[in-house]
Amino acid sequence: MSVLIFIDHSDGHVKKSSFEVLTYGAQLAAQLGTQAEGLVLGTVNDDLTSLGKYGVSTIHQVANEQLNNIDTQVFAQVITDAANASGAQVVVFSHNQTGKAVAARVAAKLKAGIVTGACALPDTSNGFVVRKTVFSGKAFANISINSPIKVISLNPNSFTTITGEGTATVTPLNITVPAAKIKIIATNKVSGEVPLTEADIVVSGGRGLKGPENWGIILDLAKELGAATACSRPVGDAHWRPHHEHVGQTGVQVAPNLYIAVGISGAIQHLAGVNRSKVMVVINKDPEAPFFKAADYGIVGDAFEVLPKLTAAIKQMKTNN
Amino acid sequence: MKILVCVSKTPDTTSKIAFTDGNAKFDEAGVQWIINPYDEWYSLVRAIELKEKDPSVEIHLITVGGADAEPIIRKALALGGDAAFRINADSSDSYYIAAQIAEKAKQESYDIIFTGKETIDYNGSSIGGMLAELTNLPFVSLATKFELTGSTASITREIEGGEEVAEVILPVVVSCQKGVAEQRIPNMRGIMAARTKPLNVKEPNNLDALTTIVSFELPPAKAGVKLVDADNVNELVRLLHEEAKVI
Ligand SMILES: Cc1cc2nc3c(=O)[nH]c(=O)nc-3n(C[C@H](O)[C@H](O)[C@H](O)COP(=O)(O)OP(=O)(O)OC[C@H]3O[C@@H](n4cnc5c(N)ncnc54)[C@H](O)[C@@H]3O)c2cc1C
Repeated sequence: MSVLIFIDHSDGHVKKSSFEVLTYGAQLAAQLGTQAEGLVLGTVNDDLTSLGKYGVSTIHQVANEQLNNIDTQVFAQVITDAANASGAQVVVFSHNQTGKAVAARVAAKLKAGIVTGACALPDTSNGFVVRKTVFSGKAFANISINSPIKVISLNPNSFTTITGEGTATVTPLNITVPAAKIKIIATNKVSGEVPLTEADIVVSGGRGLKGPENWGIILDLAKELGAATACSRPVGDAHWRPHHEHVGQTGVQVAPNLYIAVGISGAIQHLAGVNRSKVMVVINKDPEAPFFKAADYGIVGDAFEVLPKLTAAIKQMKTNN
Repeated sequence: MKILVCVSKTPDTTSKIAFTDGNAKFDEAGVQWIINPYDEWYSLVRAIELKEKDPSVEIHLITVGGADAEPIIRKALALGGDAAFRINADSSDSYYIAAQIAEKAKQESYDIIFTGKETIDYNGSSIGGMLAELTNLPFVSLATKFELTGSTASITREIEGGEEVAEVILPVVVSCQKGVAEQRIPNMRGIMAARTKPLNVKEPNNLDALTTIVSFELPPAKAGVKLVDADNVNELVRLLHEEAKVI
């Protein structure tokens, strides 16, 4: 019996979201009185034994380079075999891009009930009930999984990573890797920038910035904070910013620790993509803008005046500390 | 070539989110229903574009839902499908829904099956992957572009911090999002034509749901915004640093 935790990585490094699922999976295993085991597909440069500090005793690795690219069919086969080998009761993923590609497919193969976008540990006092966000973050649903094997994918940034002592044993897993039907012919990563869905801080601009030529003040603030940048839908639609920056109900959903909205009115569809942020700050010249009802902190003012001052003040604070 | 487009009925994006029956059910009072935007704007429109290029393409629409899903199916047909199938079942369990669709898909051998990346109500992001598993097909998730050359699809998909281009020989299941196509408005001719297009109703296969919704909750109300004067950005920095502890 075990809780099997899928450890996602890219460019040779274990992703931050994997630390969250490791912590989650280890706590779940303790709750169920079983052990937490990790699963790595492909090869990584990081020292996997150090992941023991998140509470996993064993990490299974299928160190086949073919698995550095995702073909969901291949992944589902290998993960299912690994789950059977470790006697997994629960398989845990991050609800990130990889999780969205693979978790449901694994669930179907295991005929396991799945809850995607989970945001808390299951309530196992009476059955197995998992809390997840629904209606694009506007509500939660408590969902009972009724099958013997269960699959959970955890919302990124919704579970605090906890580290302790411990090293994990890494054991190679001998599983036949089927041939991939999908061929990856190009990978384009935005280099040197913080990926939006992994960012702790996001600085986001709306139509209030008037045009793409004015984005310098957003980029300066983001740089000072080590933040990723985002935008509202009309800004993406008008190609002021690349469309992968568009957040909201029909764009990317983010849940950073801090979301700073500049010149964004706060339409319900925009808020649906950002309302899981821990703290929201709005800067808008219109005191009636709906964003003020959703935000934690706000400044009523002209972005073109406020932002450079804010960037300078943060720089000042950093030098003082 | 045959394309299956999965469509789902969801509350309009501006709907008030409230619950009834002791928080066990979504309150449908006054709710406007729409086609899930990812299904409509991206999957369906891309299927229509492929048909415009190659008129021999046949587009089937499928939904798992009650009779109240028919208006949105008619709208989808008005945009451009050839025929629609409704599996007469009401379920929130993604395995149940995927398995019903898979039965249909196995009978018809579609070349492409499109889903939206998720529905905007349950945000499951599960149907595409499950459907692919149950029909034993490749699956490409979170597509932002879908191009076809002969029987080879070139699909750009979102990965963390960027995108990758995957090539696969049909048949394939693809979940679509922004970038794949642009929203369209149905025209009068389409609306008229949709009235006579076949909408077939089929009873579901007997299957167990693997999950059930126990209850819903609304997030706790926000404490209210703390306003800081525009001339006093230092105070905002202090609050973010000392009070919120986020910078
Ligand atoms: C089905 C559907 C789905 C949608 N999905 C999304 C989505 O995913 N994401 C999304 O963002 N939108 C989405 N929208 C659109 C959404 O309804 C809004 O239209 C959009 O979010 C508005 O973008 P905005 O806030 O940038 O622009 P506006 O609403 O035009 O707001 C601009 C704001 O800037 C302020 N401003 C102007 N000048 C200044 C200045 N100098 N300094 C400071 N403030 C200034 C104004 O007071 C105003 O509040 C969707 C709409 C629909 C119907």
